[in-house]
Amino acid sequence: MNGLLGAYVPGSSPLHRLPAGVKLAGLAVACTVLVLLGSPAALGVAAVVVAGLYALSRVSLAAAWAQVKPVRWFAVALFGMQWLFVDLQGALSTVLRVVLAVALAGLVTLTTRASAMMAALERCLSPARFVGLDPFRVSLLLSLTIRSVPVVAELATRVREAQRARGVERSVRAFAVPLVVGSLRHADALGEALSARGLDD
Amino acid sequence: MTNAGKQRRFPTGDLARVAVFAALIAVLGLPGTLNVFGNVVPITLQTLGVMLAGAILGSWRAALAVVVLLVLVAAGLPLLAGGRGGLAVFTAPSAGFLFGWIPGAAVTGWLVERAGRSPGLVRLLMACLVGGMGVVYLVGIPVQALVTGVSLANAAQLTQVFLPGDLIKVVLAAVVVRGVQRAYPDAVPAVHQERLRAGGR
Repeated sequence: MNGLLGAYVPGSSPLHRLPAGVKLAGLAVACTVLVLLGSPAALGVAAVVVAGLYALSRVSLAAAWAQVKPVRWFAVALFGMQWLFVDLQGALSTVLRVVLAVALAGLVTLTTRASAMMAALERCLSPARFVGLDPFRVSLLLSLTIRSVPVVAELATRVREAQRARGVERSVRAFAVPLVVGSLRHADALGEALSARGLDD
Repeated sequence: MTNAGKQRRFPTGDLARVAVFAALIAVLGLPGTLNVFGNVVPITLQTLGVMLAGAILGSWRAALAVVVLLVLVAAGLPLLAGGRGGLAVFTAPSAGFLFGWIPGAAVTGWLVERAGRSPGLVRLLMACLVGGMGVVYLVGIPVQALVTGVSLANAAQLTQVFLPGDLIKVVLAAVVVRGVQRAYPDAVPAVHQERLRAGGR
């Protein structure tokens, strides 16, 4: 766990300076193109482009690997399966497509501050105003969630300790029921505190 | 009270519940994940959290809680099991299972909402099975097939490994929800709605 700061690598490359919304849109287009590309040769060109983008962003190799690492075993299994059922060419292009899409998305994450990405994504939540969630409430919701993670994690630790004291460490039920009830209590107290400060008016 | 009608207000109490449950789903991913060789979809308690959110918050609040979590993940916060986060998880082959959480939580909630003031264990089991597994698989498998280019049948085969674990989680979720709703009657969506309508916030 790398803290709550995300995987952002500070820098001043052209990719870092691009607005988050543009990068998100670019990623969506790029992933569509990847799905449409069929031959291993075309995907090989795409791989060169992705490698070039990584070079342009000047993020370290270790940071880049950390983005692709989670799919490594899947890629191996997929390659084997496709080779067995289709052919070598099909296996190559399928695996390349998956790895490149993950690498590109990782690049956007590495070069975009979490706060900038959140602002861009908040706009994606704007249809929520139809259920009464205006932009202010959307950002309140997001920051409340971030704030609640350590609170609930702390609650989980306390429940685990209580479990140990009662000698029921192995029971998921003895863990989850107090945790959920405690979270609900916390949520409802939080809601009352917020409405006492006039957030419902 | 402006609860009736399409332009329903979003009470602050609901806002707090949505935020805390989004955090709860994140925290349930903390104890660590069990990666099964050959597939990237890790076995975690997070899907348990999705079912809990559905059965306790009700349909659209639960869906919103999942959306909030996914937005924070997309922004780069490491809130998924094993400290995963960033856009890469949304272009990986398992992305469909994440997106499936949204309708999955909503369907679970919808089914529990219809069970009245005291949903029985069988009802909860059914809701978690249909919403937490059925709907999630229904979205996840086709997306995996699309991203990797394997056939639907092959993609479905890849997910077989998760069936036993997911079934256990369905049972756990139902038992936990039953326990929570006994200890905290306001955790039943129908009861919560009634209280809101009766003039509480």
